Amino acid sequence: MRFSLGDDRIEFADAVRRALTDGCTPKVVRAAWDGDLDPTIWSTLVDMGTTDPELDWLTRVAVAEEVGRAALPHPWVESAFVCGPLLGEAVFASTDAGTSPFVPGGADVDVLVLTGIDGLEVVEPGNAELRAVDAVDGSRRLVEIPNWTDGRAVTPAFDVDLAGALGTAAVLVGLGQHLLDTTVAYVSEREQFGQPVGGFQAVKHHLANAAKDLAFARPLVHRAAHRLDTLDPGDTDTARDIHTAKALASDAATLTAEIALQCHGAIGYTVEYDLHLWLKRVWALSRAWGDAASHRAEVAELLGVS
Amino acid sequence: MDLSWSKAEERFRAEARSWLEAHVPGRDGRDDIGSGDTRDGFARHLEWERTLFADRWAVVSWPEAYGGRDASIWEWLLFEEEYYRAGGPQRVTQNGIFLLAPTVFAFGTQAQQDHVLPRMAAAEDLWCQGWSEPNAGSDLAAVRSRAARVDGGWRLNGQKTWTTRGAFCTHLFGLFRTDPETSHEVGRHRGLSYLMVPFEIEGVTVRGFGRLDGDEGFAEVFFEDAFLPDDCIPGGPVLGEVDQGWRVAMATTGSERGLTLRSPGRFKATAQRLVELFNDSPAARRTDVVRDRLVDAWMRAEAYDAFTLQTVTGIADGVEPGAESSLNKIWWSELDVELHRVALDLLGPDAELENGWSKGWQFSLSGPIYAGTNEIQRNIAAERVLGLPRVR
Repeated sequence: MRFSLGDDRIEFADAVRRALTDGCTPKVVRAAWDGDLDPTIWSTLVDMGTTDPELDWLTRVAVAEEVGRAALPHPWVESAFVCGPLLGEAVFASTDAGTSPFVPGGADVDVLVLTGIDGLEVVEPGNAELRAVDAVDGSRRLVEIPNWTDGRAVTPAFDVDLAGALGTAAVLVGLGQHLLDTTVAYVSEREQFGQPVGGFQAVKHHLANAAKDLAFARPLVHRAAHRLDTLDPGDTDTARDIHTAKALASDAATLTAEIALQCHGAIGYTVEYDLHLWLKRVWALSRAWGDAASHRAEVAELLGVS
Repeated sequence: MDLSWSKAEERFRAEARSWLEAHVPGRDGRDDIGSGDTRDGFARHLEWERTLFADRWAVVSWPEAYGGRDASIWEWLLFEEEYYRAGGPQRVTQNGIFLLAPTVFAFGTQAQQDHVLPRMAAAEDLWCQGWSEPNAGSDLAAVRSRAARVDGGWRLNGQKTWTTRGAFCTHLFGLFRTDPETSHEVGRHRGLSYLMVPFEIEGVTVRGFGRLDGDEGFAEVFFEDAFLPDDCIPGGPVLGEVDQGWRVAMATTGSERGLTLRSPGRFKATAQRLVELFNDSPAARRTDVVRDRLVDAWMRAEAYDAFTLQTVTGIADGVEPGAESSLNKIWWSELDVELHRVALDLLGPDAELENGWSKGWQFSLSGPIYAGTNEIQRNIAAERVLGLPRVR
């Protein structure tokens, strides 16, 4: 028994964090709102091997948490957790698999994997009819794809819905951690009534709650990834643990986002301040690949409570 | 990451399981032993403790010389999981074996260890915790009970309260002010000593009283010029150094908040019983809302399990559990309340009757209060985990 990411994965994730700190600044996130998904940070991440389809799932979730921390605007989960492993190569790709008909970064990627009548199909973006939709998080770059031609059928060797849910859970933990860290920094500086507002118990207790829920969601994500690495595909323990991880990660990140906004006060309620870039991503991803309630419903089935 | 158990660990688990199935009261036609927090029930629980001890299951992680099995912390977790899965009774000796004993192992002299530990394991000496006082609850450093140095021992004066099972125990461990220059206002944390006190000495009065659930599980303890002789316990009654009691005591608060009192097996077993209760409940009460809350609570028990495995891996690597134990305490205590709240919603009219779930519900409500209220835990987490400023 040993419950740990292990030194190698921790070092790798640290390197990814440094690369993202340098290459995925809030400016890069904002550029995505204007239609520019920065190719440089993507190349850096690919060169580091983070999209290698041979990576184990535990390494993937360690990387995905860092991706969330930086609010990387590219369709990370769709590329690194779903399309890459599905096609067996590192790809910049997106998909409508999962629970939403909207495809993140759908007009920007090199490859699309779309749900046809008989299953998943690989589609060249040039052969797809793309309709942009307005999303609350503009950096998601969502499109609808009602029609396409020349799709090539592809059969996954793993459950793509579970893979997407797992990756999204990991990204949510990272988003939540960033929101917690920046809020702690803000309330330690911001003074009212002659003292830092972070000294007031009401604020402390909010942030302790966020820290608690994130701390307990993270090991569930690690355990779920380890199940995919070690158990047969289709083992119900794997499904149960991924549903559990996504449900608690969604709830933890959602709570943290509310607390982060509340503890920032009015400055957080602006588009000039960066906080909203993370808040809106949490709102989107907490529901992407299934919201908490839908994952609880899946576990209810598996537990036999009906 | 390796979430498998070794062959030796699986053997240990199997041995524990078969022994527990053959011995746990209330199974296979054996009599249930009721609540351990009533006078009669406590006596029956002592018999159970002695049965555990006779087959060396009372303190599995202790050295064999003191009645244990030298079990690893992993094996201890497995034992706990099996214990609660089998529906094992509450451990009425727990405040000794889980709170005092870790401190005796860490700070006790050889003579103290050799005397105190085996008698505790065998449930010959029964220990209660003497920390809270009428004016020292969450603010433990406000302790006013005094121990004055006199010829051949200590002279005790003061009052302890909320002493769990104090009326049934034989010994008390607690904090007393030994430096007369300090008080609950001046030098608060300094000048306290950690004392082990047999109740048989002159000048000690113990009065039991009812907890929320009506059981006589609480006591208040009065010390009126009680003389505590140096030779009442081999090695003396002071644990650690005189006037260093705060540091010594903090070693056990970590135990109380963190792992030792609340192994994941306990909550996983309750969550599983809740699943069974749901399926046995009338269709009208098996609503979507209750099902959703049940699954959420079940998931939180799983999270506690995964978090614990991660923590224990750190302990096995030599990382001391720190202020994160405050987050741990909030998590399990709120989880316990929610598990029972869902159960009562499933029980409907039966929820107001005396039964295991209503008893468990009342007990769960003590979790957010004892071992430092959850409000204090949130302060600790905010200041020592997150680094927020220590002003009010």
